[in-house]
Amino acid sequence: MSLLDKLDAVAAARKALLPEGMDVFGIPIGEIYSATEAKIGDRRILFLGTNNYLGLTFAPECLRAAHEALESEGTGTTGSRMASGSYGGHRALEREFADFYTCHSCIVFTTGYQANLATISGLAGAGDVILIDGDSHASIYDGCRLSGAEIIRFRHNDMTDLDKRLRRLGERSRSTLIIAEGIYSMLGDRAPLAEIVKLKDAYHSTLLLDEAHSLGVLGKTGQGLVEETGLIGGVDFITGTFSKSLGGIGGYCVSNHPQLDQLRYVSRPYIFTASPSPATIASTRAALKLLHDGVGLRQQLWKNAHQLYSRLQELGYQLGPEPSPIIATILDTPQQAMALWHGLLEHGIYVNLMLPPAAPDGKSLVRCSVSAAHTSEQMDYAGQAFADLRETIL
Amino acid sequence: MSNDYNDILQKLCHHLRQLAGPEVEITPQTDLINQLAIDSVKLLNLIMEIEDEFDISVPINALTDVQTVHELTNLIHQIKSAK
Ligand SMILES: Cc1ncc(COP(=O)(O)O)c(C=O)c1O
Repeated sequence: MSLLDKLDAVAAARKALLPEGMDVFGIPIGEIYSATEAKIGDRRILFLGTNNYLGLTFAPECLRAAHEALESEGTGTTGSRMASGSYGGHRALEREFADFYTCHSCIVFTTGYQANLATISGLAGAGDVILIDGDSHASIYDGCRLSGAEIIRFRHNDMTDLDKRLRRLGERSRSTLIIAEGIYSMLGDRAPLAEIVKLKDAYHSTLLLDEAHSLGVLGKTGQGLVEETGLIGGVDFITGTFSKSLGGIGGYCVSNHPQLDQLRYVSRPYIFTASPSPATIASTRAALKLLHDGVGLRQQLWKNAHQLYSRLQELGYQLGPEPSPIIATILDTPQQAMALWHGLLEHGIYVNLMLPPAAPDGKSLVRCSVSAAHTSEQMDYAGQAFADLRETIL
Repeated sequence: MSNDYNDILQKLCHHLRQLAGPEVEITPQTDLINQLAIDSVKLLNLIMEIEDEFDISVPINALTDVQTVHELTNLIHQIKSAK
């Protein structure tokens, strides 16, 4: 098969799955009205699939900071963190993140994807082992591949399974990196952090927690699952992203291990890419302050999450195992999922669709994410749309 | 081929039949992805079952060289013998 034939096969497979004219994965968004509303085609739609958990994308403080940085420092750094691309703002944000977690060190990366690539491949290498949850995000899989370490999966959130796999490793568990996520992006459930920390201590392994979806969402000051559970001391490395609750783009890793700083010299996804633009860094610094002080935002976020989760549960939809800002409706067939997704869009609601093999266990997902910026009326409207579609879908 | 190999092959075929259905004929030459339509995620889940069945660790990186039932059997055999 030639290189281009392979892409033709991809196109054919997608065409077989998706109805003619239904470009599910490439809908162009026209105007953006606010953190929760936009224009698609000629109609106003409600965003219910973005990861704008705290609704900060239009926060005046963030807009102002970004404007000022744009004016004073220009549109881009045109350099890597390693060469010409580390401005005062990048360093300041690293200090602020380290302070936010009361940690020794922080490194800022250009995306959350790269934060995982850089951290994982910088920590583990050939001869080491990485144990990852079966539902891990693609950036974790890719980071593992880049590292050259042996990759072993454990069953999602199954601690007996993790224990068994650590035991099998024998002495090698000492050079093993365990990776989990604060809140899993597929079903919105949390990692059983206390048990994971217990196991990593018992087997003398190292633990990395990706708080991409839990930063700003869990904990009194929004640190994530580490704060919610009081277990920050048990986690060796935390990665996360600016692209969700912070409303920007970029990523970070924090740690109390001073060795983290050495990643700057060995980690290719840190070295061989341009650093985040000054405006991005400035808006993220402003957003981090709002996130830290955002107790009220978190209350509103969780109120919305509980409201929509219980409504969909009452309606008889099969959902992820616990209420969370990620509310995944689990459907048996891709056809059901596409019909629900399309029906919601016709109701003016834009959510995410996940088809196998991207969704776990051969199921399909229609995934909503709620925001602190959503109103109670918007949650009601979404609940009513799910109610209207129930008969035809289930 | 050793008894061990045949034993592994038999147990592996048992797992594969559960994924591919009982009517599909499986031989050592059968291609896992193209003939049994086992997608990447199913294959990764199968690996976890194999790890438990044989009490071994099978790094998923090792799968890049695996296409047929024979190659997967061989991989398990190698890991088991090295234990
Ligand atoms: C768990 C997890 N980690 C990392 C990322 C990557 O973040 P970014 O969008 O900043 O590249 C995502 C985002 O999709 C994610 O869900």
